[in-house]
Amino acid sequence: MKSGDKMGIFRRLKRNVSSLIRRIFKKNSTRIGIYGPPNAGKTTLANRILMDWTEEEEGFGEVSHIPHETRRAMRRNGIVINANGGVVKLDIVDTPGLATKIDFHDFMKHGLKEEEAKKRAKEATEGVIEAIKWLDDLDGVLLVMDATEDPFTQVNVVVVGNMEARNLPLLIVANKIDLPSASPQRIATAFPQHPMVAISALEGHNMEELYEAIAERFG
Amino acid sequence: MKSVQLDLISYDMLSGMTPMEKIRMILDRVRDGAVVILERGLTPEEEAKLIEYTMTEIEEDFPGIEIESYPSEAKRSWIGRILGKGIVHQPRLTIIGPAEQLKTTSKDRDFISAVISMKDE
Repeated sequence: MKSGDKMGIFRRLKRNVSSLIRRIFKKNSTRIGIYGPPNAGKTTLANRILMDWTEEEEGFGEVSHIPHETRRAMRRNGIVINANGGVVKLDIVDTPGLATKIDFHDFMKHGLKEEEAKKRAKEATEGVIEAIKWLDDLDGVLLVMDATEDPFTQVNVVVVGNMEARNLPLLIVANKIDLPSASPQRIATAFPQHPMVAISALEGHNMEELYEAIAERFG
Repeated sequence: MKSVQLDLISYDMLSGMTPMEKIRMILDRVRDGAVVILERGLTPEEEAKLIEYTMTEIEEDFPGIEIESYPSEAKRSWIGRILGKGIVHQPRLTIIGPAEQLKTTSKDRDFISAVISMKDE
């Protein structure tokens, strides 16, 4: 028997045991949160997952180049992902971008008027709090990082640390690999203890590999 | 001459405090314009709490904090393995300051470079 076949048997066994445990405890879906810094592409990914696995026409939310476009956590239940023989039923929470600072002047640089910028900043602070509160109610996390940016941000370190402390599964998504300056390898080097998949949520590149990893990690 | 206050907090001092006392002490000092350096930083849960409380205090003249630390050392005891307990993190040196004054220029697993600027009067 080839080592790949052995690995396949082991993975199927692991999935079956996980599925059995969920049935015993009457938990038929896994609740995962999509986390990351602002503008990493969390909502683009969430919308892509909805588009690929549901018939919903409405996505999780609007996307834009202005940071903190998502300022409320959005949840969709019962999304079934079937990849490479593994099936996983997910409740997905798209969370607002995590940050340690929010300056309304930054929004004004994107063309917002002062009053609108202050309102957006206030809502963004509430969004960060909401995202942090959700950490207590999840079974796992998809941590989305912009592959063109430095991965060693404190926000990434905090999410990774909190998942490890809770002993919950984490899958790192290196997004925006369609951009020439993307370096997913830098992310893999920064967090070698966790699996990583490199994708472009916008262009739909490498999504099959991501869905297989999701079924493997959260199934 | 303008100056920036640096507050260096020892591990002994920090370990005698509750998470809420640590967060309050850090935020009060940073809001007063100091840059706080912790000999050993906060746990991941405490850092998440610090970010949460920072968000509640953001206003026009306080846009938040800059916080940088080396990724903590994750350890799991053999008892933890058997009981399925989470990994125990050993926090490492952490620097926290006002966002408009402290800027991280580069960061790696074992190296942090930052610039501290004076606040405009």
